[in-house]
Amino acid sequence: MPSIDIRDFHYAYPPLGQAEPHWVLRGVDLSVEAGSCVGVMGATGVGKSTLCQAIGGIVPQLTGGIVRGQVRVLGREARSTPVPDLAQQVGMVFQDSESQLFNLTVEEEVAFGPENIGLPPEEIESRVAWALTTVGLIDSRERSPYQLSGGEKQRLAIAATLSMSPKVLVLDEPTSHLDPRGKREIQSLVATMVRDSGRTILVVEQDADWLAELADRIVVLADGHVVLDGPPDVVLGDPDELLALGVGPPQLSELASALNRDLGTHFAFTRLDQAEGLLKEDLGGDR
Amino acid sequence: MGTAELGTDSGLRLETVDLTFAYPDRLPALSGVNLRIESGEYLALMGQNGAGKTTLAKHFNGLLRPSSGKVLVGGRNTASFSIGELARRVGYAFQNPDHQIFAGTTRDEIAFGPRNLGLMEAEVTDRVDETLEAFGLVEQADLPPAMLGYGTRRKVALASVLAMRPQALILDEPTSGLDRRSVTELMALLAAYSGEGRTVIVITHDVRLVADYVPHCAVLTSGRLVARGATHAVLRDASLLAATGLDLPPVGRLARRLGMDGADVPLDVVAFKRAYQAVRGGSRKTGR
Repeated sequence: MPSIDIRDFHYAYPPLGQAEPHWVLRGVDLSVEAGSCVGVMGATGVGKSTLCQAIGGIVPQLTGGIVRGQVRVLGREARSTPVPDLAQQVGMVFQDSESQLFNLTVEEEVAFGPENIGLPPEEIESRVAWALTTVGLIDSRERSPYQLSGGEKQRLAIAATLSMSPKVLVLDEPTSHLDPRGKREIQSLVATMVRDSGRTILVVEQDADWLAELADRIVVLADGHVVLDGPPDVVLGDPDELLALGVGPPQLSELASALNRDLGTHFAFTRLDQAEGLLKEDLGGDR
Repeated sequence: MGTAELGTDSGLRLETVDLTFAYPDRLPALSGVNLRIESGEYLALMGQNGAGKTTLAKHFNGLLRPSSGKVLVGGRNTASFSIGELARRVGYAFQNPDHQIFAGTTRDEIAFGPRNLGLMEAEVTDRVDETLEAFGLVEQADLPPAMLGYGTRRKVALASVLAMRPQALILDEPTSGLDRRSVTELMALLAAYSGEGRTVIVITHDVRLVADYVPHCAVLTSGRLVARGATHAVLRDASLLAATGLDLPPVGRLARRLGMDGADVPLDVVAFKRAYQAVRGGSRKTGR
């Protein structure tokens, strides 16, 4: 059974005044196998965040609006499972992660979820310590979340989700405010969660270079549905097609295209290791 | 000093002298920063999360006041400006759009600044229309910005600052949450704005963005200024990048791995292609 199973999903936010309903999502089909990492890309306003919130049941339970089709998460109907119940298995990190933070200290923020499901104190402490160490904030546990920088707040929001040990993790642009080091840390963190603990991850991201190194599969949304779906090398391999959809290609795939166009080569790469191997071969093996 | 520099159509020089700042009960967020940004300069302010980029920027519009040292705007100490006087000269777009968005419609949000500059209503309308068009927000003009998606809210926040046409413009991580098309359009807009002689500062840790678009940069680490100069010169300093936690853009990292990392490590696709062509030509010849 797939962890996330979305079929012919349509959604319109509640119309403003007399306006016609505007269908943000118009027939999304997306099935995500347990233990895989799917990257979602698409232009601003295409409905990526709406889709994330539908997986967490927030859309339509807290937003209202009109729904057709279905979203099932771990076998449960997201539309009718109470959001707090879903939240125990589906971790969400929102794009404006600052809006998720409300406790007085960093450690309280991370302990909040585990406390609310009634875990024993020693279990809570070990989860808090693990989550804060994982995101590199263990030395800031006494600080106020409001004293943190933008990137630190983003990592804190991720830690607060990790401490719930969710089976499914939905990350909406989790690295948008992170510096290169922070981005690499989140990348290896996500990879570890998929590889070692079999979690299912859906991550929305604009940075295709970052996503290419991480995702098993990339899905591109346009016009309210999935228009491209496949392995990163295939989906991210055609920069012109991506740009036409408002999506930024990885710089390495832009490079492969440029080399092919001007040198008559036939490179196809999106990741650093891959590019290094192919170019070394092209230059004559022993370099 | 100043009258010409404080005229509305020119840029503005921004300068810090031995600027030190500490938030209450914390170690200094900025220590002895001496940074001079020339009138009309287009500069990226880079550094890791928590390096002090936003803290530094907030000194230029008076949101923060130095613990010691001073900040000069157009040659004049910011201590002698009211917040209002500074705000009309130095525009600042927050990292989080929700820290500034408040109006009922996108149109009103963008009109708020120009209207408060005391412009005639016809001029306000012109500027708003122009700005909506430039940011691709025409369809959202009559919608409440708080209901728009995050990327679109960011555009509204940036648009409302740009509509004031400040002499110095500071944008805090303006591209996060924007798709590639919006990034390309925004960077074209900023290049044009800077081309009119205004001062533009972009706070970011996106090295690829800076390499592609921003001619000058300054790098902060733990509250100290550690580099300042032409972008390409700064980004080619490998030990500096390592020490500041910044990274070369992907093509630069690839070049390093291939040993194409002389003084001119390529920082964009075109430069890489040229360098690769040269190496490849060389290796083919020796192969024969």
